Amino acid sequence: MDDGRFNQDSSIPMPTGADATKSRPLFDAAIVTPAIWESFRKLNPRHQVRNPVMFVVCIGAAMTTLLWIQSLFGHGEAAPSFILSVSIWLWFTVLFANFAEAMAEGRGKAQAETLKRSRRSIIAKVILDEKYTSAKGKPSSSMSDGQVAPYNSLDLRKGMIVLVEAGEFIPLDGEVISGVASVDESAVTGESAPVIRESGGDRSAVTGGTRVLSDWLVIRITSNPGESFIDRMIALVEGAQRQKTPNEIALNILLAAMTIIFLVAVATLLPFSLFTVRNIGHGEVITVTVLVALLVCLIPTTIGGLLSAIGIAGMDRMIRANVIAMSGRAVEAAGDVDTLLLDKTGTITLGNRQATDFLPAPGVSTDELADAAQLASLADETPEGRSIVVLAKQKFAMRGRDVHELGGHFVPFTAQTRMSGVDLNGSQIRKGAADSIEKFVQAKGGVFAAAIRTMVESIARSGGTPLVVARDDKALGVVHLKDIVKGGIRERFAQLRQMGIKTIMITGDNPLTAASIAAEAGVDDFLAEATPEAKLKLIRENQAGGRLVAMCGDGTNDAPALAQADVAVAMNTGTQAAKEAGNMVDLDSNPTKLIEVVEIGKQLLITRGALTTFSIANDISKYFAIIPAAFIGTYPALGALNVMRLATPQSAILSAVIFIALIIVILIPLALRGVKYRPAKASALLTRNLGIYAVGGLIVPFFGIKLIDLFLVAMRLA
Amino acid sequence: MSLAELGQILLYLAVLILCAKPLGSYMAAVYEGATPRAVRWLQPVERLLYRLAGIRSDEEMNWKRYALAMLYFHLVGFVFLYGLQRVQAHLPLNPTDMPAVSPDSSFNTSVSFVTNTNWQGYGGETTMSYFTQMAGLTVQNFVSAAGGMAILVALIRGFVRRQTTAIGNYWVDLTRSTLYILLPLSVILALVLVSQGVVQTLKPYAKATLLQPTSYEQPKVDATGNPIKDANCQSVTEKLTLNEQTIAVGPAASQIAIKQLGTNGGGFFNANSSHPFENPTPLSNFLQMLSILLIPADLCYTFGVMIKDTRQGWALLAAMYIVLLAGLALCLYSEYHRQSKLVDVGVPIAGQVDGNMEGKEVRFGTANSALWAVTTTAASNGSVNSMHDSYMPLGGLVPMVMMQLGEVIFGGVGSGLYGMLVFVLVTVFIAGLMVGRTPEYLGKKIEAFEMKMSSIAVLAPCICVLVGTAIAVMTVQVNASMSNPLPHGFSQVLYAFSSASNNNGSAFGGFGGNNVTMNLLLGLVMLMGRFWVKIPVLALAGSLAAKKYVPVSAGTLPTHTPLFVGLVISIVLIVGALTFVPALALGPIAEHVGLFAAAR
Repeated sequence: MDDGRFNQDSSIPMPTGADATKSRPLFDAAIVTPAIWESFRKLNPRHQVRNPVMFVVCIGAAMTTLLWIQSLFGHGEAAPSFILSVSIWLWFTVLFANFAEAMAEGRGKAQAETLKRSRRSIIAKVILDEKYTSAKGKPSSSMSDGQVAPYNSLDLRKGMIVLVEAGEFIPLDGEVISGVASVDESAVTGESAPVIRESGGDRSAVTGGTRVLSDWLVIRITSNPGESFIDRMIALVEGAQRQKTPNEIALNILLAAMTIIFLVAVATLLPFSLFTVRNIGHGEVITVTVLVALLVCLIPTTIGGLLSAIGIAGMDRMIRANVIAMSGRAVEAAGDVDTLLLDKTGTITLGNRQATDFLPAPGVSTDELADAAQLASLADETPEGRSIVVLAKQKFAMRGRDVHELGGHFVPFTAQTRMSGVDLNGSQIRKGAADSIEKFVQAKGGVFAAAIRTMVESIARSGGTPLVVARDDKALGVVHLKDIVKGGIRERFAQLRQMGIKTIMITGDNPLTAASIAAEAGVDDFLAEATPEAKLKLIRENQAGGRLVAMCGDGTNDAPALAQADVAVAMNTGTQAAKEAGNMVDLDSNPTKLIEVVEIGKQLLITRGALTTFSIANDISKYFAIIPAAFIGTYPALGALNVMRLATPQSAILSAVIFIALIIVILIPLALRGVKYRPAKASALLTRNLGIYAVGGLIVPFFGIKLIDLFLVAMRLA
Repeated sequence: MSLAELGQILLYLAVLILCAKPLGSYMAAVYEGATPRAVRWLQPVERLLYRLAGIRSDEEMNWKRYALAMLYFHLVGFVFLYGLQRVQAHLPLNPTDMPAVSPDSSFNTSVSFVTNTNWQGYGGETTMSYFTQMAGLTVQNFVSAAGGMAILVALIRGFVRRQTTAIGNYWVDLTRSTLYILLPLSVILALVLVSQGVVQTLKPYAKATLLQPTSYEQPKVDATGNPIKDANCQSVTEKLTLNEQTIAVGPAASQIAIKQLGTNGGGFFNANSSHPFENPTPLSNFLQMLSILLIPADLCYTFGVMIKDTRQGWALLAAMYIVLLAGLALCLYSEYHRQSKLVDVGVPIAGQVDGNMEGKEVRFGTANSALWAVTTTAASNGSVNSMHDSYMPLGGLVPMVMMQLGEVIFGGVGSGLYGMLVFVLVTVFIAGLMVGRTPEYLGKKIEAFEMKMSSIAVLAPCICVLVGTAIAVMTVQVNASMSNPLPHGFSQVLYAFSSASNNNGSAFGGFGGNNVTMNLLLGLVMLMGRFWVKIPVLALAGSLAAKKYVPVSAGTLPTHTPLFVGLVISIVLIVGALTFVPALALGPIAEHVGLFAAAR
């Protein structure tokens, strides 16, 4: 990949929805209010049946409601007030779970709203007769001469050809078939600098909703209204196309299995209780209301209620990082990645090489060399040139001067000469690669000093780039240009290694340079002189070894590698082909984002595991609350198991049910934000999360249920 | 408990661990196709068997073919055993002229032995001819055990192999398990047992004249074997006088060796290993207890060797050991301490100073009986040297829970470890998420299909126990034959279904188990408890074998650490035990709290 192709600058303000959601508080009224209505709408059985755990709760709630109605007519199995209380809290449990999901969806919807604003209906100029486009020149845009006709953008269809002129919006995704124009794509990307779009090559794709700033384009529409890139993004963030991810499906199976186990355990209690009461001759058969309460307490309601919210929130966190994941599956896979392919430039090193040292030839002072080097670079706008000026200023207090004021004439770099410099006061100052300067000096009759050759070689060996400076027939010395490894990146890689992730640096540099930078940055491996084929091969090799590979890319030549990688982040500045091949698009076009993407993926999985553990650990306490309460009529001695000393059987059962409902609400912020993730070894992560969620899950409900019981007694509710 | 008894328990546990490595490596060699030198002379026999049966030993099967071969083999075994019992009257080696066994009892017994359960609704010495015992029951003792080991080996291959559908050849695994592992060990054990006084003869039962004739009252039974009851629901009895005693003998030692080694547990005599001819001395008791856990424990090491990481095997063995020790501690505490509490508060228990000796043999004592009770239920063995029915409520709860955990704490030969591995997959799934990766175990990703199969394997026995008990307590026959007041009566039914569904075979007894309803119901849950675990486990093996290998890194969940061992134990306890807590509350727990509330 070419150095410096990526746009490094992510500090440009984002007019997209991402910015708005980033700063949004967790419980924003604009999200909460619709979410409350949505939680009632989600009571629809067709929605509930998708979640086996909550569906069981829903049926339980409906059953207890019917039992309550029956009890009103005096045939109830228990006091109507008790059945009603249980029933109400079961409905609340379902509603709270719905609310969690609606909250997670709501945050995505807010993002979608901002995106939708860029999808306006406009009048497009449709070229009716294709012959007008075959001419090289710009077609007439006058509506009166019959060449073009006004069309509402919503009526456009795939294959139509439109003319878009300066100041107009591009109506739909398309391909440029003639013309060159600068286009403002900030509505989609947040990047305010205009980009060039022209027919043919890597820059022919245009996105609907973006604006032509100058000149004109003739575009063949490639998508129908509602199917464009923006539409797809909106659908993704809104969760309309949300499908369960593989891990979510597997977890759902486990949760369903646990639900079945407990369903059987609870359902068989009825015959057991009947048998016991019949044989013992006293006591009461356990009521269906208590059985339903016990069932809801035992099945993994907490994780069941929050599972889909966790998944949606994971996508949402990606969006807040300004990455659009094309599927939840990709977010999940990100957590599994164990090999990261990172481009050297922009990810590991700062964008460009910088001058770090002046090495004068024998008999030349460093000042003289620095002065010549600065003069040669004053008019050089390349980052390397600027860094020479800066270094001279810092090291020798040489202030920048204006070449034209000095009367100098700037000689720009060309591929033929491979030098640049300045002609000043009759002398020619040049800087460039060693062999071109050698030719230059020798052509002037000078001698290229052996000492310079030695310096050049030693710099090259250390991974740097030597730049030789000459004045007329004399080579003055060498400027050491070096790739500057980003601050903190070494520590970042060390963390990744701890997480079990291998980092591979990809660079177009020669192996020598690559090895030196790889050592300095602390990556595990590198691929030097990388070609798209070599990259693809590297990915395949790693995958054959069972590894999951993540990479990012932007060019059409990256597309095969992107398609092969398990997690492929396409830069938004990249081509349509790259974006189609990847499974995520980074709107900031920042290749370092790959690391963040992995962390978000891991956080999603950890949150799921932590809440599952919490949910299962909760069960212990519920047995101590409900079993004595349920059987105390048959075996009074079982009261010994009432370790929480809950007031009455009714208050015990009610407290446990209320706890179930409330814990869902309490955990919504955790589900939406995700469990805190710190890069660490798997064993350390496990110890930490078990300590919090397993031990916590074991203890918390004992206190929670007792507190609710105390409250119920104090309020004379039970 | 005396120091000597504690010493015996510790010695037992130590010897068990010491055997793990040598026997574990030996079995690994057998399964990896490298016949150990000690048994190489048997190779011609192996080859001859394949030639006779027309088996191509180098031909491997996919999981479906493997499962079909397994089902086919057990079906044939079932039909053969059923037929044998029905026609035993006309077959040789029937010196006591045993008549044909009733159809429902034959069904129950055939299922029981084919599924490695060895639930015995019958009494051996009063029902089965020598021929049925030898050609029928003993044969199934070998092959049902070998069948379990074959499934385990297939599952291990699933972990080891990469991107293949082949998980081994069922016939080869079955043959090698029997020929190189079970047979040699059984021969050695049988000879040692004979030296201790276990009978081994084909002679008819001995008759002895009593020095003092004995009179007793016996409940009358009707044609179907049910007690006849009068208008007050009391059993009708008749008075009998006895002058002569029949002493049952037979080819016992050869069957007892495999009964223990193959976690079968079906006794030659009705009294099982509390019978002096089955288990005469403390040494025979020690060796039999050792053989109960020997192969299940050592297969953990075999697993470690085969996956080339013995730490994983030790971790699973550690998990099993810890649960075993916890159960043993509770059982001993209950039998000694809780029992003495009863004496303190004035419950009349005559002359029992050394723990609760009711239903226990004096030559073994409380400690060795409790140790046996816990090991035989931890393993799906089910042989007994004391009557579990007579244990203190919590002492009896331990064997029941050991079975309800799904027989994965040691469990049956093969079946215990594959059951444990299913629980490990569930553990890895939950814990793996907590380290931020989709879960993997031994380099294999655990995905939806694995969760589906694991869930079925965990669910099947649980559902069988609960639904079976529920149906039983609702039937008139069971209600009528209940001999104990509640809650103990309920414990007896729950115990029976826990035992049958998890293929253990031990019994609380105390209610009429040998009637048509119970024979059919228990037979059914034995079948489901065995094959609804075996088939999903084979599916797991197939799916795992087809997967790619994910290399281990620092981001991988370590599965050999004490933390992971603790996690596996928690999951086994939570899934296995929490399911049964409500039912247990109505049985042993209610009995326990009730007993001591009354004593107070």
